[in-house]
Amino acid sequence: MVYTQSPLAIGLFIVFVSFVLGLSFFLARRTKSADSYYAAGGNIHWFTNGVAFAGDYLSAASFLGICGMIATAGYDGWMYSIGYLAGWIVALFLVAEPMKRLGKYTFTDALDSKFNSKAIQLTAAISTLVVSVFYLIPQMVGAGVLVQPLLGLPHWAGVCIVGIVVTIIVATAGMASTTYVQFFKGALLLIMSTVLVIYVLTQGLSTSPVNNGQPYHEFKTLQADTALNISEAGYSVVAGLDSEFGKAGFIELVKDGRETIWHLNQNEQGFRLEETLFMTKMPDGTKTFNGAAKEEGMFFPVGHIKELRVNGQEVATTGAVGPLAYLSALKDSTIVLWGKKYIQDGANTVTVYYQKPTPGDRVLRPGLKFKVDNATGTQTFNFVSLMLALFCGTAALPHILIRYYTVPSQAAARKSTIVAIAAIGFFYVLTLFLGLGAMTNGVINLTDNNMSAPLLALSFGVVLFSIISSLAFATVLGTVSGLIVAASGAVAHDLMDNFLGMRMTDEGKVRAGKISAVVVGCIAIYLGIIFEGMNVSFLVGWAFAVAASANLPAILMLLFWKRTTAKGIAASITVGLISSLGLILISPDMWVRYGYLPTEAPISFNSPALISIPLSFLALVMVSMMTQKDLVINDATETAGA
Amino acid sequence: MGHGPAVKLGKDDASAYKTKLGVKMFIAYTLVYVVFVAINATSPKTMQSIVLGQTAAVIWGFGLIGLALVMAIIYNHFCTRAEARMNS
Repeated sequence: MVYTQSPLAIGLFIVFVSFVLGLSFFLARRTKSADSYYAAGGNIHWFTNGVAFAGDYLSAASFLGICGMIATAGYDGWMYSIGYLAGWIVALFLVAEPMKRLGKYTFTDALDSKFNSKAIQLTAAISTLVVSVFYLIPQMVGAGVLVQPLLGLPHWAGVCIVGIVVTIIVATAGMASTTYVQFFKGALLLIMSTVLVIYVLTQGLSTSPVNNGQPYHEFKTLQADTALNISEAGYSVVAGLDSEFGKAGFIELVKDGRETIWHLNQNEQGFRLEETLFMTKMPDGTKTFNGAAKEEGMFFPVGHIKELRVNGQEVATTGAVGPLAYLSALKDSTIVLWGKKYIQDGANTVTVYYQKPTPGDRVLRPGLKFKVDNATGTQTFNFVSLMLALFCGTAALPHILIRYYTVPSQAAARKSTIVAIAAIGFFYVLTLFLGLGAMTNGVINLTDNNMSAPLLALSFGVVLFSIISSLAFATVLGTVSGLIVAASGAVAHDLMDNFLGMRMTDEGKVRAGKISAVVVGCIAIYLGIIFEGMNVSFLVGWAFAVAASANLPAILMLLFWKRTTAKGIAASITVGLISSLGLILISPDMWVRYGYLPTEAPISFNSPALISIPLSFLALVMVSMMTQKDLVINDATETAGA
Repeated sequence: MGHGPAVKLGKDDASAYKTKLGVKMFIAYTLVYVVFVAINATSPKTMQSIVLGQTAAVIWGFGLIGLALVMAIIYNHFCTRAEARMNS
């Protein structure tokens, strides 16, 4: 797809970035102590903190990734929303108040509150860094995705802009500026997403979507006999049934010097041919889109309804509808989704996107992305494992946990979590309509579905697009700043101050935090560039799996099992971290990143949580049982010191 | 060591009550979530059946999101009452 930049979008972007930077510099004057840098002084109001939680949590994965996944895979994308929100129940009922009671600046403080253990300080700090970096990658990828339509800059430029701006935000005022940036961003995201959903519902559904005044590309259908004689004059066959294309269910035609690929559907007369979209990657890395350079705009946005039915009647448009009527109409209709196949054409790799008309009630139930129908044991395992990671991950994310230290009391920690659940739950309801809106409004870029929500806004006009895109960019800024605060706290407070025992003054701790923030920011920029093109919600699923495996067993057992020892906690974090990371690194999806076929990967599943979480619990129990003597000594020391 | 909260916290006598209540409510929600995941994993076609004019999957999704909020409000109500009663 080719995007045209709007001066309004650029202006709004500059205004927003200037605002957050101005706010950071203003708050920097009040951020002199370690308490104010790492925990915003512990005096943030619970409502502000609750909305800031939403700002922290509703990252690029939620706004860009989930909407994109719903737009291309229907209900399966929304499963992420449901799983993410369910994770907040773990945070509220089990973790919120104890974390506030036990910790000071980082989640390592809470884990180590009973023990003063070097092993916990080291492993928990490393875990914080790894999880934060894993979570940073999708945010930076999201930033790169956004700058192309917003500012006309390449992916790497977007990643660099976010990295630099966020590093300045964090390095100037730490948690104080991060909290207020999150608060404004969270509130604006909720408001503007609601506005966008109102636009979607007011426009209703139509079989002929109009994209910002541009008519939808009419995908052609041809008829051919069994010898591939095409009914329409001018077409000749380049690659027929015996070619690699033919074996995959396609043929390649040429007309007026332009090559096209068609999907074969057998019928009584021979074959019905449906126009496809395709991307060709040449050995030197050059890509063409539908046989032309990207700038020619031949790779059309997609997403439409084939047959629209309301109360059993086929109609062309519904007009304005309510949310339930919108879902009902979709359920009764047939929607054109898009399949994808890779074909090796000599030295070129061709990715062909072809139409898959799908009943609406099939779209609005699981199974289009996750293999749950007639699934093998491994496929079921993969699905359950992902849902487990989403459920357990939230309460183990360091950048979420440190937000409990910014409020003044345990009651405030609880109340801010409830505000977060309300705000995030409402947003996740909106994501369903945003994703389905993109699915049916002809706005999906098949090469990168992360842009579905902003492009849905563009279909309603440049003004809405400008606001939504700037906001999406702010979403990335907010979440990345929270992550960098968490990571810099792990380096400066957990490693330098506690583990290495470097006796730093209060000012020294703040300086160490700021330097750490700059270093983490640079790493995030590098990773954001090399992971270009992956769905951001999918990447966040991995961050959740690592957090849930490395951190949650340790947190829960510390709170609910009195025989937990320091060595047990350190072992749990180590085993959870290594097993989850190891399984991710040898997963089929990573195999593709290495340039191999996914089927060649040593394991056949992508989500490690169902193995790594139990392993982490097991390690904690076993090591704690073996080191009960330490617990007795520790208790005796505490008693003597009391 | 830099442990202990960043701000001074008062004594909370309701802590044990809140923990017990939290665990019970966590188990209740988790059971509902487990049933949801199990149906999706083992019988996804069930989720295509129509309930109240929508697919069962949509009703489950809205239900889980709504249930989380309702349970959170109930939890807060009982915790606040316990804090007022035990910490006064």
